[in-house]
This record gives sequence, C-alpha cells and structure tokens, in this order.
Amino acid sequence: MSNSIMRRWWLALGACALLAPAASAQQSKEITIATEGAFAPWNHTEPNGQLGGFDVELANELCRRMKAKCKIVGQDWAGIIPALQAGKHDAVMTGMNITDKRLAVIGFSRPYATSRHVFATMGDREMLKLPKAGELIDITALNDEDKGTIEQMRKLIKGKTIGVQTSTNALAFLENYFKGDIEIREYKTAEQHDLDLSAGRIDAVFVDYASATSSLEKKELKGMTVTGPSFRGGLLGRGVAIGLRKSDTELKQSFDQAIEQVLADGTVKALSLKWFKSDMSPPK
Amino acid sequence: MIDAAFMGETFLKLLEGLPLTLKLTFSSVSLGLLVAMLLAAMRLSGVWLLDGFARGYVFVFRGTPLLVQIFLIYYGLGQFRPELQAMNLWGFFREPYWCALLALTLNTAAYVSEILRGGLQSVPLGQIEAARACGMSQFLLYRRIIAPIAFRQALPGYGNEIILMVKATSLASIITMMEVTGIAHKLISQTFRAIEIFICAGAIYLILNFLVTRAIQALEHRLSPHLRQAPVPAQRLEPAMSSGDDR
Repeated sequence: MSNSIMRRWWLALGACALLAPAASAQQSKEITIATEGAFAPWNHTEPNGQLGGFDVELANELCRRMKAKCKIVGQDWAGIIPALQAGKHDAVMTGMNITDKRLAVIGFSRPYATSRHVFATMGDREMLKLPKAGELIDITALNDEDKGTIEQMRKLIKGKTIGVQTSTNALAFLENYFKGDIEIREYKTAEQHDLDLSAGRIDAVFVDYASATSSLEKKELKGMTVTGPSFRGGLLGRGVAIGLRKSDTELKQSFDQAIEQVLADGTVKALSLKWFKSDMSPPK
Repeated sequence: MIDAAFMGETFLKLLEGLPLTLKLTFSSVSLGLLVAMLLAAMRLSGVWLLDGFARGYVFVFRGTPLLVQIFLIYYGLGQFRPELQAMNLWGFFREPYWCALLALTLNTAAYVSEILRGGLQSVPLGQIEAARACGMSQFLLYRRIIAPIAFRQALPGYGNEIILMVKATSLASIITMMEVTGIAHKLISQTFRAIEIFICAGAIYLILNFLVTRAIQALEHRLSPHLRQAPVPAQRLEPAMSSGDDR
C-alpha cells in the first residue's frame, strides 16, 4: 500500500516539475506591479479590496501604452523593495521617491511625478506657529535663510512627538534635521499615524503633502491642518518614479518611453488634477 | 553571500530591542498568570454567573487573533478618547506600551486559565479523599496536595504558553514599539537585506526560548522525583587484605 502512495507522490512531483517551466514562461509576459494600497491619494485600497488611486490608474495607462499585460498587487510598504529584489513583483509604483540609498539596491524609471513633505497637526499650539507656511524649501541646497527657518522650527518643535511612516524619506529627514529635539514614532502606514494623530497620541505627523491633503478631507480627521513650509529634494528624494530591478534594463526602457508619452500628452497632469487637485508633473 | 561583519553589527543593533521584548514578556506572563488564576477559579467555582463569564472570556480571547486584539485596543480605543479621558483612563491608553501589555496579558490569561483548569481537574480524586481523611483543612489540602500536583501536570502546557508569549511580543512592533522585531523591520528598510536581518532576529528569539525551555525542563525535573529512578545505594567497601598478612 505504501508503495502505491510513494508512486503517486513521485508522479505528483514529476507533474509539478513539468508544469513549472510552463508557468514561469507565462509569467515573463506579464508584468506584476506592486503598490502599497494605503497611501492615498497616490494609492489606496477600496472597501471591496480593489486597489485604486493615482499610481494604479497611471500604471494601467502605462501598461496600455506598452501593450503589456499587467497585474497590480498590494504589498506591505516595508517589504516592497526586498520583495522586488526577490522577484515577487517586477515593478514598484507607490509614490516612491528616487533616493541614493534606494538607488544602491534597485533601479528607477524616469520620474513620473514630484512630491513634497509637510508637517500636519491637530491644533497643537506650537506646531501651528511654524514659520513660512505654504513656502517650499528645497533641501538639496539650503541657503542661510532656509537654515534659519529650520533653526526656528527646531525651537518650536522641541519635545513634540511626531508620527512618521517607517522606512520613508520622511523618517530620514526627521532623523537628520530634528533628531534629539523630538520623539519619533514609526508607523507601518500613513493611515495609522493619522489615526493616532486624531486620537491625540502624537502632536503632529510629517508626511507627503498629497497624502496629507487627502487626509484633511476625511471627517474623522476634522481639525487637522498642514503647518509650516513644505520640503523637497535631498534626503526627501529626486522625484517619484517606478522602482525596478537593476537588471531589467529592457523593462526600464519601455517604462521610460511610456512615461515620456504620458507626460507629453498631459495624461499625468489630468490624472494628478483628478487625484491631487494640483499638477504633480515633474519639472522638465 | 552572507556577510559576517554585517550580521554581527545587526545582531548588536537588534539587542537594543531585547530589554523591551523581555519587559513585555515578563510583565505579560506574570500578570497573565494572576488573571488566569482568577479565571480558572471562576471556571471551577460552580457559580453559574462566574463560570459563564470565564467561559465567554476564554472563548473571545482564544477565538480571535492577537493581532486583531492589539489593533482593537490601540487604534480602536483611541477613537474613544473623550470617554476615556472622562474616566481618567486616557493616560494609560495613550501609551503604546500599556496597550501592548494589556493585549498580551488578556490574551495569555485566556490560554493559561484553561491550562490551569486542566491541571486542577487532573488531580486524582483518591488523593484528595485521602488528604481529607487525614483531616487536612481546605487550605492545607490546596497547599500540600492539589496545588503541587496541578502545577506539575500543567507545567508542560504552561511552558508552551511562555514560549508562545516570547514570540507574541513581536506583534507589539505594529503599534510603534521598537522591540527586536520592530528594530529588524527598521533595519531592513534601511538596508533592504531581509534575509540576514531576519536570521539574526530569529536567532535572538531562539536563544531566548532555549533558555526558557531549559528552565522549564529543570523545573519539571525538580518536580517529578517520583518519575526518576531511585539512586543506587553506594556499594559497601570491604576492607582489603593487608599485604603483610600472608597466611
């Protein structure tokens, strides 16, 4: 009896071995694109589990132009780059900025959008006093005035608890410019630090501007305001792009071409007006 | 492929999270034991209301994932800030540490109460009767007969639960607690080297649980003299004949 079970077992193994190459051949035609699904309006997960948002709609548009079959999957942010390296998906489109540290391990397409970061608070008095509201500071090259602004901010922000999404440029920025002044709490998703901001466990969050503005519209987050200047460049990244494996040069090329097209014909502008209510196209 | 220097560095960085992991484990296991004793007593009290409450409690906390319980206590109760403030409880629920500790304690209490109940019910009736026949008071009966036997019977199951709790503390990382797993996640996001970092984190839990296992084993050994072989009496030494005494 055990003999026949063994034989069946070997047959099953053999069948798997035969099927495996066929399956992988099929996969190579399909591009799997990962997105976080919790970083609205860049990307979000609908109540029914479907992924949506700027990244998802743009990804579909890019695939249409590349004439490629794409599958968009949700993937936890913290594991999104290791999973790309491990070949679980082929591209990452999740409002992710190009940074030196990421460039050391993965490749990027050309930028398809820009982003900036801001502090948002729920009526914390000192946080509301942050200077230069609405102005944009590029941290790639800080002039003396900008340095003065940051010094001013450091005094106001001292002793605050600031929430930030873990393993983001936002975290790197806080650690670099405000370390020692503030207590940093790291959250898996932006939605979670928003919840804690509204619960009053933290005094402010430091977050992608587009993500903050979409939070402002939620009724649970009534009273949340963006405060102080916004930051871009340097540690915060050189533009939002598609993350790819370094070895996939062909894929990069076809994405680059498709992005060029959608930038040139205004698709990115239209989509970003729809999702961000402002033009997020990268500078030419 | 695996970089030993990087592993060493990672290991040291992860060790910074060890105090928090230990604190969470130790506190939740000891507090959980107290709650569990109460629950087991309620369960065996024979009072319908108490028994029902304990049954319901165990059903809910054993039947739902710990992850969900942590989320509910932390983010769920966070929505009721005004009510909690009115009850002066916000100071407690504001801190992620207390929320994590509460969730872990309530969860382990449910499991341990069942382990204790099993232990208590496994004490042979004959032994209880014998103790009563000797005229032991209820307290003495518990102290000398029921508790030691029940504890010995419950020990393997309880050891399992402690090991599970050491690992369960890793879930606290989702509510911003930087214990070993939390730090591991952070390091991965900085270096994108998931394999090495998770191997180190796994090794830390393995070492911790090795120590826990050995401690439980030692305790088990101590508490089961009746299962050990009686020591062989030393052989009596016969005086040797002196060499000068030729006969």
